[in-house]
Amino acid sequence: MNILVCMKQVPDTTEIKINPETNTLMREGVPSIVNTFDAFALEAAARIKDKHPDSKIVVVSMGPEQAKAALKECLSIAADKAYLVSDRVFGGSDTLATSYILSNAIRKIEELEGKFDAIFCGKQAIDGDTAQVGPEIAEHLDYPQVTYALEAELDGERLRVLKEGQDGNMVIGVKTPCVVTFTKPSFDPRYPTIKRKMAANRAEIPTLTSADLPDIDAARIGLKGSPTHVKRSFVPERKKSGVKIQEETDGESAVKLVQLLGDAHVI
Amino acid sequence: MNFHFTEEEQEILSMLHDFCLKEVAPIAAEVDENERFPEETWHKLADMGMMGVPFPEEYGGAGLSYLTYIGVCEELARHCATTSVMVSAHTSLCSWPISEFGTEEQKQKYLLPLATGEKLGAFGLTEPGAGTDSAMQKTTAEDKGDHWVLNGSKVFITNAGYADTFVIFAMTDKEKGNHGISAFIVEKGFPGFKVGAHEKKMGIRGSSTCELVFEDCIVPKENLLGEVNRGFKIAMMTLDGGRIGIGAQALGIAQAAIDECVKYTKERIQFGKRISQFQNTQFQLADMQARVDAARLLIYRAAQAKQDHEPYSHLAAMGKLYASEAASNVTRRCLQLVGGYGYTREYPFERFMRDAKITEIYEGTSEVQRMVIAAWMWVK
Repeated sequence: MNILVCMKQVPDTTEIKINPETNTLMREGVPSIVNTFDAFALEAAARIKDKHPDSKIVVVSMGPEQAKAALKECLSIAADKAYLVSDRVFGGSDTLATSYILSNAIRKIEELEGKFDAIFCGKQAIDGDTAQVGPEIAEHLDYPQVTYALEAELDGERLRVLKEGQDGNMVIGVKTPCVVTFTKPSFDPRYPTIKRKMAANRAEIPTLTSADLPDIDAARIGLKGSPTHVKRSFVPERKKSGVKIQEETDGESAVKLVQLLGDAHVI
Repeated sequence: MNFHFTEEEQEILSMLHDFCLKEVAPIAAEVDENERFPEETWHKLADMGMMGVPFPEEYGGAGLSYLTYIGVCEELARHCATTSVMVSAHTSLCSWPISEFGTEEQKQKYLLPLATGEKLGAFGLTEPGAGTDSAMQKTTAEDKGDHWVLNGSKVFITNAGYADTFVIFAMTDKEKGNHGISAFIVEKGFPGFKVGAHEKKMGIRGSSTCELVFEDCIVPKENLLGEVNRGFKIAMMTLDGGRIGIGAQALGIAQAAIDECVKYTKERIQFGKRISQFQNTQFQLADMQARVDAARLLIYRAAQAKQDHEPYSHLAAMGKLYASEAASNVTRRCLQLVGGYGYTREYPFERFMRDAKITEIYEGTSEVQRMVIAAWMWVK
């Protein structure tokens, strides 16, 4: 099976700070990591490869040159090959433009690596939280898609996907080629190995630029090709969370209150 | 002497650091409390390629420098001394002599699965009556033509309860003393070989330390390691290398104690001040860090000398002597700075102190290290 994993390099912080002057993310001094949900997608691909060792895992990322570090991390964990999609004219793309560029890049990579049976993405990036790029890639490619996947396994010509739902999980059969976006599974992604790490350090990561994607429509990429724009980013003021005490009776509530105050060494 | 970690080696150690934060540190107290061998960590380290760091790739190793392997022992010990000694006894004491003295067949059969971490290794030299005086071996190996028969017992064998492969020393010629000892590769499950009682210890309590019993144990002829009657040299050379790993373990424990102590003294308020603001705290911690860094340089120097095939027996002895005594000194003083809380088992300081003590004892006591150093100095 030939699997493509889409990966975004994101800042490693749950408390993203925003520059109040420019309303942009302050990335300086914040280490970058592989987007957590994309790491789950990579692990799902690796688990398929564990069972079907002739599978190939290719990882692609769109972003600046520095994203190669995250691609190398994917190589040190499970990926066989990595591509970076990078060009100044791609800068400022919103999700629609990004997914358009990526879907074109996927077609290009298929010329080099063979057709992909499945495209795995994280359900969303932990910095932007849009959860749009994966489904949009599916639309651009006209592929069926399954979102919020926990696990996937090969079932003949189809994929069997365990999908997380609001009230319960579902097992979905989907025809390949398809797009699957992953959420947090019950297992942890594997660790890199020394051998893979050393091979990743020596790996050449080809960069695809707009020149490699001649069919791309210049009016649909970058800031100008993006129908949505971020007007403002800000951290909402947080209310301090309180504790609600609502026992069976008022008396029990009072006992609970005294106990909590005691535990907190307030009284 | 020049030694450094390449960028790639640093990345590998940093990868191990991340692993330790998630998988080793969180269970260290529990492993100690329950005297539980962290078997799952062995398998996870094997998956990463950490069980055969200094051996060539064709024998299942990572093909990295000895210094990197020492860095691995140190990093593991910063989080869990039990885990560090599991890896160092396996690597230094079992895989290394097979790699150094084994035939091609022995390396294929035994080193390969040890270096990949599929199998775990152990080393059996010490006997009830042969500790520091290791030449007083009572275990015998009798040549029966197409096989050897081993009789006797070993004590304090690290990894014993979980190991698959053992490097065992036995007398092949009682008349010759030191020159009558031979080394053998013994598999778990050889007829007449069994793992005996598990020791209850002061520190490294998760480590599996057991007795080994040989009762007419049949060992195939081809499992002799090295030449007949040359085993004592193998044992001594193996321990020279092992000492660097134990020194690194001491470094890790000591550094962990300092790091935790610094954290504590910056939070603890007494007399209206953080106790880190008192000059006694500052001077104590500064002295301790200087001492541990000095030990680190000695250990790294020994590792580099071994890597470069230079004489390192005395360097390893100096490194282990200094690092292990530094670890005992530093862990005791860190506990003192933390005071009453440090004495409780809520904090790791008492564990650090207990774990540090063994580094002054196993793979040659501090007194043995002094003997080695004095002999190298020709002080007789």
